[in-house]
Amino acid sequence: MEMFGDPAVWLPWTFAFLMGLSILIYVILDGFDLGVGLLMPLAEPVEKDRLVASIGPFWDANETWLVLAIGLLLVAFPTAHGVILTSLYFPVFVMLIGLILRGVSFEFRAKAPIAQKPRWNAAFFAGSLMASMSQGFMLGMYVMGLTWTWSHIGFALLTAVFLTVGYSFIGAAWLIAKTDGALQRRAVGWAKGGIWGLILGIVAISLATPFVSSRIFEKWFSLPEFLYLSPLPVLSAVLVIYLWWQLRNLPKSTGKRVWAPFAAAMALFALAFCGMAYSFYPYVVPEQITIYEAASAPESLFIILIGTVFVLPAILGYTVLSYYIFRGKATELRYD
Amino acid sequence: MDTLLLSRIQFGANISFHILFPTITIALGWVLLFFKLRFNATGEQKWMDAYMFWVKIFALSFAMGVVSGITMSFQFGTNWPGFMETVGNVAGPLLAYEVMTAFFLEAVFLGIMLFGASRVKPWVHTLATFLVAFGTTMSAFWIIVLNSWMHTPQGHELRDGIVFATNWWEIIFNPSMPYRLIHMLLASGLTVAFLIAGISALRLLWGDRAENVKSTFRFGIITGAVLIPLQILAGDHHGLNTLEYQPAKVAAMEGNWETGPNVPLLLFAIPDDAERTNHFELRIPNGASLILTHKLDGVVPGLNDFVAEDGTPLHPRVAPVFFSFRVMVGTGMAMLILSWAGLYYLRRYGAENMPRLPLYAFTAMSFSGWIATLAGWYTTEIGRQPWLVQGILTTKEAVSDVPSGMVLGTLIGYLLVYAALIIAYIAVITYLARKASRGEPMSTRRYPRSGEAEVAALQPGE
Ligand code: HDD
Ligand code: HEM
Ligand code: HEM
Repeated sequence: MEMFGDPAVWLPWTFAFLMGLSILIYVILDGFDLGVGLLMPLAEPVEKDRLVASIGPFWDANETWLVLAIGLLLVAFPTAHGVILTSLYFPVFVMLIGLILRGVSFEFRAKAPIAQKPRWNAAFFAGSLMASMSQGFMLGMYVMGLTWTWSHIGFALLTAVFLTVGYSFIGAAWLIAKTDGALQRRAVGWAKGGIWGLILGIVAISLATPFVSSRIFEKWFSLPEFLYLSPLPVLSAVLVIYLWWQLRNLPKSTGKRVWAPFAAAMALFALAFCGMAYSFYPYVVPEQITIYEAASAPESLFIILIGTVFVLPAILGYTVLSYYIFRGKATELRYD
Repeated sequence: MDTLLLSRIQFGANISFHILFPTITIALGWVLLFFKLRFNATGEQKWMDAYMFWVKIFALSFAMGVVSGITMSFQFGTNWPGFMETVGNVAGPLLAYEVMTAFFLEAVFLGIMLFGASRVKPWVHTLATFLVAFGTTMSAFWIIVLNSWMHTPQGHELRDGIVFATNWWEIIFNPSMPYRLIHMLLASGLTVAFLIAGISALRLLWGDRAENVKSTFRFGIITGAVLIPLQILAGDHHGLNTLEYQPAKVAAMEGNWETGPNVPLLLFAIPDDAERTNHFELRIPNGASLILTHKLDGVVPGLNDFVAEDGTPLHPRVAPVFFSFRVMVGTGMAMLILSWAGLYYLRRYGAENMPRLPLYAFTAMSFSGWIATLAGWYTTEIGRQPWLVQGILTTKEAVSDVPSGMVLGTLIGYLLVYAALIIAYIAVITYLARKASRGEPMSTRRYPRSGEAEVAALQPGE
């Protein structure tokens, strides 16, 4: 252990990194399938099955990244875990009810008598909406330092809307890649309609964070940091322009570049996330508890790390395998 | 009501709802693998029909298990922050290993198992079925390790009130773990055996004489009849283990107030915590001594030994433990009688001409495994009170300071959703059985057999 220096320093850091990574993977992966759920009411009745089929084999594994993220928070930073989750008690409840409704609707809408299908479609949409809104709300509250004042709630409601629209954007980008024909054309339209949510969300959070805390302001707006960091906003802007341009030209008759919007959206999420991680480091509860103060005993973290080193590549491996097996257009996947 | 009591009710409600579905999926995964392997080996269509029917119920149960499990993983933080703060060094790694070795495995391969039949080679599909079954069993293993450690903690040391792990081997193989794991896995097997027998009986009652229904009916009865004696044996040993490590719990299970020899077995009684005595006892002389020590005059611990100097009880409330234990054992006895009677009827009449009475009885017992499992968990968990982690952390110390109104409001929310979902779940299973017995095709999907040429089975308009 000594090999890498003081384990009380690098272990918390590693776990903060792993936790951040799984949150990011979760936001992207469950982001697109929540987004597809949000688009349900816009789709024609005959298209709804294809929407669901496009995420059917993936959603469960996608959601498991949330379990991993919350699990890492819980195991690596137990004190922070308690503080964060008790202060977000109600939004967490809304999210859980949303995830429950959504997760069971996949099965019920296909297996219940056909007359009940519209009801389960509605539950599927409502669940996706509750989950996305509450996640956006929690993001906003977190940025505001987890204190419940009216202005913070107001900001969190705003991020709730932005994240929800952002999710429906990445969902539409997924559909562009996974469908064809009329549905694909409509998905391009939805993506054009949703991109602003993503942009406004990123802008709002980028602007708000430095003003909530002077520490974060210092971290960004002093030289030479400002110069090192400038690629982040610049790259984001380039990506947004690229997305705009792609969406105007899609879908192509050759079927090329259908993955471009999704890939660009992933990159945008990742950049925004890096920005946030930079702002908040080393705090896990903003301005209150650092990762070093909240970390579990090094012995326990080490035990988990050993497992992670072996298991994480395997998880990534079979996740890739499953995306490979279910590659191509989502036409012949079905629940029956 | 205060936050503590409400949080306990909320946690109890959430975990009770969650456990219903893993109990089904743990064993049903292996049963599906069995159907699949029979089909691979014999090529008989009935095994594929059985697979296609039960895989739907599996998928449905799995989805219910996943979403309620996600709720569980948040409950620690939202309601019991003291839990992780105190024992996080032990509980954390165990939960982490569950996520990493079990949840991802089952979640990813479930997709391949449910949707991949026509996309991968038949053996890959069989392998995916195996990995899902294996994953669910691994989940059960890790969570039971943690739960058992909470009952019989060892392999750790306390520094400033915080638990630090010293020996992982001792933590994982803590004294009650093997008993609890075996008992739980058998419980899962029994739940599924009776569910399969019950739903098949229902279909037979509806006049469905398809080959697969007769086969699954036989399968359910035989599995149940084999597992229930094992379960009773395992339960007996589990009780002996509890006697050693948590005598207060056993005293509550037996409803025994005074320590002493020749303690009777109470078939019924109304324990009274205030008076510290029982009313309306119905007893079998020396029974409890005999069961717990295997001697007529064996000494059984009494609840009066577990009272603090100032009179506050250090044992759980007696009635819930006492009654839930009887519900579990009673259900177990009913399972024993019915499954062995079922064997007799099978020999005498066969599944084809089964008389209506046993069919009704099996249908009525479809969900008996749920009742026994829940009752068993209530015995175990309530019996540990006032401890959350035996001897280390009380439930009261772990609770969060969320206002009680908030806990009550969310509790009502959860309960409403759970009630609606349980009704929908049972209704859909019945509906699927109804549909299948009308002879409607179970699936348009094709499950090729190993060695067969793969044919893309695309239906128009899909
Ligand atoms: C189908 C389910 C089922 C059936 C038929 C039985 N049990 Fe059970 N029992 C469980 C399902 C279960 C369980 C849900 O799996 C529990 C809760 C925790 C555990 O480890 O197993 C349990 C707990 C449990 C405990 C408490 C252990 C503790 O102190 O933590 C005892 C003493 C028994 N059982 C004994 C029995 C006996 C003597 C049975 C004879 C009929 C029996 N069980 C049937
Ligand atoms: C799955 C089957 C289980 C059921 C049905 C179950 C049931 C219950 C019930 C009814 C209570 C409330 C007891 C009371 O306070 O009166 C409870 C408490 C609790 N159980 Fe379990 N339990 C199960 C498994 C587990 C597992 C696997 C864990 C740990 C990983 C666990 C940890 C706890 C905790 C933390 C509490 C809250 C504190 C308490 O009230 O004891 N339980 N459980
Ligand atoms: C407080 C304790 C518990 C927590 C925090 C918990 C957490 C979870 C979570 C998050 C999932 C979803 C995994 C996924 O995304 O695929 C899950 C599923 C599962 N859990 Fe639990 N669980 C608990 C208790 C139990 C108990 C007591 C058992 C069995 C003995 C159990 C067995 C399973 C199984 C087999 C699955 C996967 C299959 C299914 O979803 O039906 N869990 N659990």
